[in-house]
Amino acid sequence: MPKEQIEEYIEAIYDIAGKNGLAKTTEVAKRLHNAPASVTEVFGSLAESGLVRYEPYKGAALTDAGEEVALKIKRKHRLLEVFLSDILGIDPEKVHEEACRMEHSISDEVGDAMCRMLNAPARCPCGKLISPCEKEIATCNECRTADGSTDSDKSAAPRKVVPLTDLRPCQKGTIALLRGDKKVIQRLSDLGLTPGTEVVLMRKTPMGGPIELCVRRTNLAVGHEIADNIFVKAVLEA
Amino acid sequence: MSGCMGCGAGRSCNKSQKLQSSNSQFGKSQSNDGSDRKSCQDCKKNAGMVVALAGNANVGKSAVFNQLTGVDQILGNWPGKTVERAEGILQYKGRKIRVIDLPGIYSFSTYSLEELVSRDFIALEKPDIVVNVVDASALERNLFFTLQLLELEAPLILALNQVDLMEKRGIHVDVEMLAKTLGVPVVPMVAIKGKGVLELTEEIVKLAGRRSAPSQTESGIKSRLKYGKEVEERIEKLARLLDGIKIDYPRRWVAIKLLEKDEEITKLVAGMDGSLVSAASDLAKELEEMHGESSNVIISAERYHVAEEIARNAQSIGVEGVSLTDRLDAIALHPVLGYLSILAVIGGLLVWTFVIGAKISELLVEVLRPIEQLEPVVSGPLGDILWNGAFAGLVAGLTLVIPYVLPFYIILAFIEDSGYLTRISVMLDQGMHSMGLHGKAIIPLILGYGCNVPACFACRIMETPKQKLLAAFLVTMVPCTARTVVILGLVAAFVNIWWAMALYVFDILLIILLGRIAFKAVPGDSVGLIMEMPKYHVPSAKVVLKQTWARTKSLLWVVFPAYIIGSAALQAVYAAGWLNPVNDLLSPITVAWLGLPSAVGILLIFGLVRKELTILMLAVIFQTTNFAAVLSPVQLIVLALVTMIYIPCLAVILCLAKEFGWKKTAAITVFEVVFAILLGGIASRLLMPFL
Ligand SMILES: Nc1nc2c(ncn2[C@@H]2O[C@H](COP(=O)(O)OP(=O)(O)O)[C@@H](O)[C@H]2O)c(=O)[nH]1
Ligand SMILES: [Mg+2]
Repeated sequence: MPKEQIEEYIEAIYDIAGKNGLAKTTEVAKRLHNAPASVTEVFGSLAESGLVRYEPYKGAALTDAGEEVALKIKRKHRLLEVFLSDILGIDPEKVHEEACRMEHSISDEVGDAMCRMLNAPARCPCGKLISPCEKEIATCNECRTADGSTDSDKSAAPRKVVPLTDLRPCQKGTIALLRGDKKVIQRLSDLGLTPGTEVVLMRKTPMGGPIELCVRRTNLAVGHEIADNIFVKAVLEA
Repeated sequence: MSGCMGCGAGRSCNKSQKLQSSNSQFGKSQSNDGSDRKSCQDCKKNAGMVVALAGNANVGKSAVFNQLTGVDQILGNWPGKTVERAEGILQYKGRKIRVIDLPGIYSFSTYSLEELVSRDFIALEKPDIVVNVVDASALERNLFFTLQLLELEAPLILALNQVDLMEKRGIHVDVEMLAKTLGVPVVPMVAIKGKGVLELTEEIVKLAGRRSAPSQTESGIKSRLKYGKEVEERIEKLARLLDGIKIDYPRRWVAIKLLEKDEEITKLVAGMDGSLVSAASDLAKELEEMHGESSNVIISAERYHVAEEIARNAQSIGVEGVSLTDRLDAIALHPVLGYLSILAVIGGLLVWTFVIGAKISELLVEVLRPIEQLEPVVSGPLGDILWNGAFAGLVAGLTLVIPYVLPFYIILAFIEDSGYLTRISVMLDQGMHSMGLHGKAIIPLILGYGCNVPACFACRIMETPKQKLLAAFLVTMVPCTARTVVILGLVAAFVNIWWAMALYVFDILLIILLGRIAFKAVPGDSVGLIMEMPKYHVPSAKVVLKQTWARTKSLLWVVFPAYIIGSAALQAVYAAGWLNPVNDLLSPITVAWLGLPSAVGILLIFGLVRKELTILMLAVIFQTTNFAAVLSPVQLIVLALVTMIYIPCLAVILCLAKEFGWKKTAAITVFEVVFAILLGGIASRLLMPFL
């Protein structure tokens, strides 16, 4: 099966069902303008390659490997959207379509280079979060200064990081990556949010407001957009 | 509904867990540069001793400051900076010691002006002693700052404050161990109750004595904290390179700052020897490659690592239950109840202020009636005219400030000290983003309902110049008490209360709309909200009164003079008979466009000085207080609307000019005049069919 088709399917499942949910065969078929029968067939071969869990008559859910593919493609898609609208000045209405076609043909390297050039944007033009790259770095600053040459030695196994805003209330995580403005990063690390530090998400406030977190025995309120750029390794409760 | 365990809660550490190696890194004194600061020290000896209070925000520095200095306080600004400065005199056994309360900061980076002011004061003006006030229940975070004070080689005393709260949270700190590890005296305190104040004073005097005797130079104070090997080696290497140059900051500190790529210090050193900067950036790059993080983050992490270790060794933590704060926050930050609480608290505050305020105002006017002449003196010697005008200004100020502004600010300070204002900031943060601001801006905006002047000054809490300006611009659109008096007196009294409310709501919508536009139009950056969430506590009368005073005092030296001088000047202009020509001149706007009587021209000129004059003068001009008889409902509403937004009053203009310069002030003023007139005309046409 061609890479593009695999990615389209994974993306469709991710869009419909999210990280953990089940996408119905009919829904995927409708979205991709395909017959349910052929969707079932593709699900089968995706399941074989370990990207989805297929449940006959119900649908398909992403495995960890599948989720990784989805996040990667989403990252490229959203970076492309930012690039198209901010740099090339293309009408934001149109960038989605364009990005949909381009996302399959650019390599990770091109994606990361765009990320660097765009100063590691946090969100696409319509406001969706752009997930971070897989390099073992703690701030985007180094990537920007490292002229891309260290990419090959830095890229390692994908790390399971989520934005702080993805934690559930009372869930713990350890700081993995701070993205964003230099001064903000300085402030956050001054307040104790240094890499490896354990934080607890205390509370989310309504309407995408700030989150409250606890770090080093003090409680902080951090604006949602800043918190989106604090990536943590979630600690699973025992 | 109960909240969750915070970080570290329930994690009980006992002292046997401490790392073996940690102690050996501290307490070692390597005094090698204690002599270069003597020269400046000598010149200050005559001026008496100087003690600076430094520490994070909300740890109780001001409480300690008040305890130490009593009533002898001078409040003002740092020279040329919009950062507040408090200075006082501590008298002890015949000695006079100057005490300076530094702003609350978390670090010596250049995140904010406060940090810059504080570090320059400590490093360059070299106070004899720095008292580092720390919050005993958040030792780790506070020690992060303590370590930086040690790096700055400040002669330090640690005031371990809020011990009462610490004990309540089941934390115990081994004071002696802490003192030994840091190599500085540690004094446990409960500043609001005055506990530990005497001990602190004695330590200050003792340490000062020790410092002036050169034989025991700073044996304890010079303790060196050491970072991990990789970082430490590079700091030392760089510090050695710095040996040759002459710089007022401690060399090791400069080395650290260079590695952190601190802008100010890098600029300073670059001006002396560019090769040092490139050496530093090479060393920083080595670190970055080793750790995969940027060097300032590496050093912060190292510093926190040390702070963590000290805290772990010196404290033991029991289990903490669900606190009152968690329970209250379940309501205060609830998606529905939270917003209802804000509406109830702020709405209640405003309504209460104006209900009570009107009563007190009436009383006050009764008391002052024998000496006040409502009717302006417009003939006779110029002296009398000016005096009459000035006096009227003073009375007007009094009858506005005492009944309305003061109660409003007292209650607001009460809400603030309880910790609830922080929650309002959090709940409204997202809404403020669309205006390029964040939750903290809600504080100046609410203050604006009292008086715009302290509210403008309060915009200093915003981080960037752009955010300060945006916040101040929006503050000038908030109807202060004087304008509320006009709205209530014209619209609520003679149209109905709903139209008055509508004006208020319309004003809030305008603020949001203009905020969005200004955010796009004004250049500069905005940063988001990062704010500590203090625990709720019962407000202390002292803190509340002090905060109220800090805010109302700007009324004394800005609003009163503006009222008094402005009123006298207006009176003179009036007496000279220049006002009728003014009315005629303005009539194309007032009569033709706004649909108001031509006499309103004078009102608008008078309102420049004092907005509430609009209503007083209206009574004088038309010889009646039943405004419904002389103005139609539409005219009343239009007049109130225009008064609400047409210009910041004289006092606010002065205050804006002081904070932002004349150019920006002029832009805001001109915009508001044009905008208000435009809006007034449109309103008068739109409202016609309804009223
Ligand atoms: N319980 C308790 N509260 C304190 C103590 N010291 C200060 N506070 C409170 O902490 C808050 C902040 O104090 P403040 O002096 O304004 O802190 P600053 O920001 O460091 O100047 C105030 O509400 C004080 O009442 C203390 O020792 N114990
Ligand atoms: Mg203070």
